[in-house]
Amino acid sequence: MFNNLKIVLHQGKQYIRDTANVKVPGIFKGRPIISLEKVNEAQLVELCPVDAISSNPVSIDMGKCTFCGECAKRFPNKIQFTSDYKIATNERERLIVKEGEDGLVEVNPETVREEIHRVFGGSLKLRQISAGGDNSCEWELNAANNVQFDMGRYGIEFVASPRHADGIVITGPITENMAEPLQICYDAVPEPKIIVLVGTDAISGGIHTGSSALDRSFLDKYPVDLYIPGNPAHPLTIINGLLDLTRKQKG
Amino acid sequence: MNYTTILNNQTIPVADIPEVEYKEFMDLNTGFTLGSPERHCVNYFGYPVGNHIKLICCIADDSTHNIHVSSCLVNSSDTLDSFTFRHFCFEKFEREIHENFGIGYKDHPWLKPVRYANNRFDHSKTIANYPFYSIDSDELHEVAVGPIHAGVIEPGHFRFICNGEQILHLEIQLGYQHRGIEQQFLVRKKLLQRSTLAESIAGDTVVGHTTAYSHLWESLCGIEPSRDIEFARTLALEWERMANHTGDLSAVCTDIAYQLGSSVFGRLRTPLVNFMQEWCGNRLSKGLIRPGVNQFPLSPELAERIGQLFKAFEPDFVEMNQQLFQLPSALSRFERTGVVSYDDVLSIGTVGMAARMSGLNRDIRSSHPYSLYPEIAHDPIVKHHGDVYSRVQIRRQEVMQSMRYIRSLIEDVPQISEQEPMIGSPKPNSFVLSLVEGWRGEICHCAVTDKDGEFVLYKVKDPSFHNWLALALAVRNNEISDFPICNKSFNLSYSGHDL
Repeated sequence: MFNNLKIVLHQGKQYIRDTANVKVPGIFKGRPIISLEKVNEAQLVELCPVDAISSNPVSIDMGKCTFCGECAKRFPNKIQFTSDYKIATNERERLIVKEGEDGLVEVNPETVREEIHRVFGGSLKLRQISAGGDNSCEWELNAANNVQFDMGRYGIEFVASPRHADGIVITGPITENMAEPLQICYDAVPEPKIIVLVGTDAISGGIHTGSSALDRSFLDKYPVDLYIPGNPAHPLTIINGLLDLTRKQKG
Repeated sequence: MNYTTILNNQTIPVADIPEVEYKEFMDLNTGFTLGSPERHCVNYFGYPVGNHIKLICCIADDSTHNIHVSSCLVNSSDTLDSFTFRHFCFEKFEREIHENFGIGYKDHPWLKPVRYANNRFDHSKTIANYPFYSIDSDELHEVAVGPIHAGVIEPGHFRFICNGEQILHLEIQLGYQHRGIEQQFLVRKKLLQRSTLAESIAGDTVVGHTTAYSHLWESLCGIEPSRDIEFARTLALEWERMANHTGDLSAVCTDIAYQLGSSVFGRLRTPLVNFMQEWCGNRLSKGLIRPGVNQFPLSPELAERIGQLFKAFEPDFVEMNQQLFQLPSALSRFERTGVVSYDDVLSIGTVGMAARMSGLNRDIRSSHPYSLYPEIAHDPIVKHHGDVYSRVQIRRQEVMQSMRYIRSLIEDVPQISEQEPMIGSPKPNSFVLSLVEGWRGEICHCAVTDKDGEFVLYKVKDPSFHNWLALALAVRNNEISDFPICNKSFNLSYSGHDL
C-alpha cells in the first residue's frame, strides 16, 4: 500500500494539460508547407513512393503521404514539414495541401452531419477495427488513452462491443480477409453512427494501394466522417480530430 | 556436398545452391535439425521456376554462425512425404508451401492454409469456409473469439475447446491482416517504396524489419555500410526492444487488473517512443533506417539526451518492477501459468523470447551477429520455466540489458560519414539471406534475383510465424480466464505473420 503510494508520488503529474496547444518534441513531420519556388516537378513527383505529390500546382495529399520526409530532404526550399499536428478533417479534399498555401487543415463544422454534434458532443464511444493495420496506428490509438494523452477525460473511449459504440475507427488498408468482419461490425453499431479513418493506409491504402489482397469497397458504400492522417497518426492528431468533429461550433 | 554453407547477410549465385532429389533433401534437412537444438530452420519456401517449384531450405547452425542452404525441384501436382512427420518445426512452412503451390503432403497432420493468401493455389478456399479441429463430446464446448477483439489490437480468430473453464485445445487462425507484402516487393521497383513496405510489415518492429531489408539489399548490391550506419541500427534495435518490452509490461499489468503497473509502465514507454520522434521524426521509427545511407545521424546532443532520459527512466522502471515482482497477487497470476516445456519449444521450433523462456538459447545477436553485435558480445537472457513469469522476467531484464548496451554505445559515437547514399545495382541470379534479432525474436528476409537483378522472390519471416503455436500450447489445461495474460505475455505479431 505505502509502496504503491510512493510510486504514485514519484510519478508526479503526467498528463498533458492542454492537448490542443502543447508542443511536440523533436522533428515532428506534420502539416507540410509548399513554397512557390520553381523546382523540377517531374523529379519531385517521381520521388514520392506513394504518388502523394502532384504537379501544376505542386500539392501533397496527406491522405496518401507516408510522411517519410524524402521530398523535404531533397527539395528543402520547396517543401517543409511543420510541427502542426492538427491535420484531421472531415473533408477529403482538405487533406490536399497546395503550393503557396499555408492554411490550417481543420474540420469544417458546416459540413459535419447535424446529429454528430448533438448526439456525440459530450461523449463518444468507439469500436476500433484493424483491417490490415500494421499495429502502428493501433499503438497510437492505445497511446491516446494512456495517462499522458488521457483522451478519456473528454469522454472519448474505445469499447469492446459494437453494440455499445457510436461509431467505428478503421486502421489499415482494409484487406480482403477483413472486409466481411468489418461490414458485420459496422452493421452491429446502432444509428446514428460515425466512421473515422485513422492513418494513411486506411485513408488511401498507402503503400499497399493496388495490392490484390485488399478490398476497399466498404468505403464506397458509406460517407466517412473524419480523416485522421499520419503514418501512424499521432495521438494528438487523433484527440484533436475527434474533438473538432464532435464539439466544434458552427460559424 | 548436397548443400552449401553461407554466413548471415551473404549473397551467393543461385546456381551455387546444390539441387538434390526430394528424398535426399528431406533426409538432409530433417537430419540437420533432429536431435540438434543448436540447428534450426530459419526459412523454408518455394518459388516457381519454369513449370516446376523450387524449394529452398535454410538451416542455421547457432554454434558455428553458419547457415546451410539446399534446394530441390518439385511439381505442384506432387504428393510428397512431409518433413513435419519427422520434425514438427517444419509444420507451418509446409502448410505455406501447400497453400501457395498446391503441393500435397501424405503425412502432414493438419494442412490448413496459413493466411488465405491471395496467391493461394486453391481459390475455392476462403477465410470464411475453412474447417476447424473439433472434438465430439457432450461435455465439451467451443468458444470462438475474433477476428475482431475486445481491445484496440489486430485481428485474428481463436477457437477454444473447453471442458468447463479449462482449455483443452486452442486453434489460432490468422491471415486477416494479409496485405500481400511479399508480392508487392516484386511489383514495387523503387528503393523507397520497398523501404516503406519493409516498414509496414509490422509497425511495432519497424527497426527490426528495415534492418533486415537494408542488410539484404546492401549485400545484394555489394555495398559495405559504414560504421555510423551500423551504429544507428544497433542502437535503434535495442531502443525498439526497450520500448516494446516496457509497453508489454504495461499490458501484462492491465490483464491482471493491476492499474498502477499498467499506468506507470504505459507512461514509461512514452519518453522512449518520443525520443525516436526527436531522432527521426516518427515515434515508431519509420523512416530511420534505409539501405546504404545514414538517414538521421545520432548527434552528440542526442547522445546526451539519451543519458538524461535514462537517468529519469531507470529509477522509475526499477521501482515499479520491484513492486510488481513482490506482489503476491501478481506473482500468483504469473507463476506456472501458460507453461511451454523445453521439449515442446524445441519440437515446434520457436525463436527469440518464446525459446529463451524455456531454456532454449536462440538469439541471433550472439549466434549470427550483425551490425555492431560482434563487439557487444551479447549474452542472451535465458529462463527455464516457460511460464508467464519467465516471459515477463525476460522483458524486465532485457530492458536493463539494452539500457546497458546503449549506454556503452553512446560513449563512443562514431564520426558521421558525409557521403552520398550508396546506391549499387543488385547482383543477377543471386540468393541472399539476412537474419536480425528483432525484439520478438529472429527475423529472416530472403531474396532471389533473376538475370537482370530483379526480385523473383522476396520472402519475409517474422518470429511470430514460429511462435504462435507456442501460445496455442501454452494455454492448454489453463483456465480460459488466463488466456489474455498468456496472450499478452507472448505479444505476437498478427501483421508480421500475415504479411
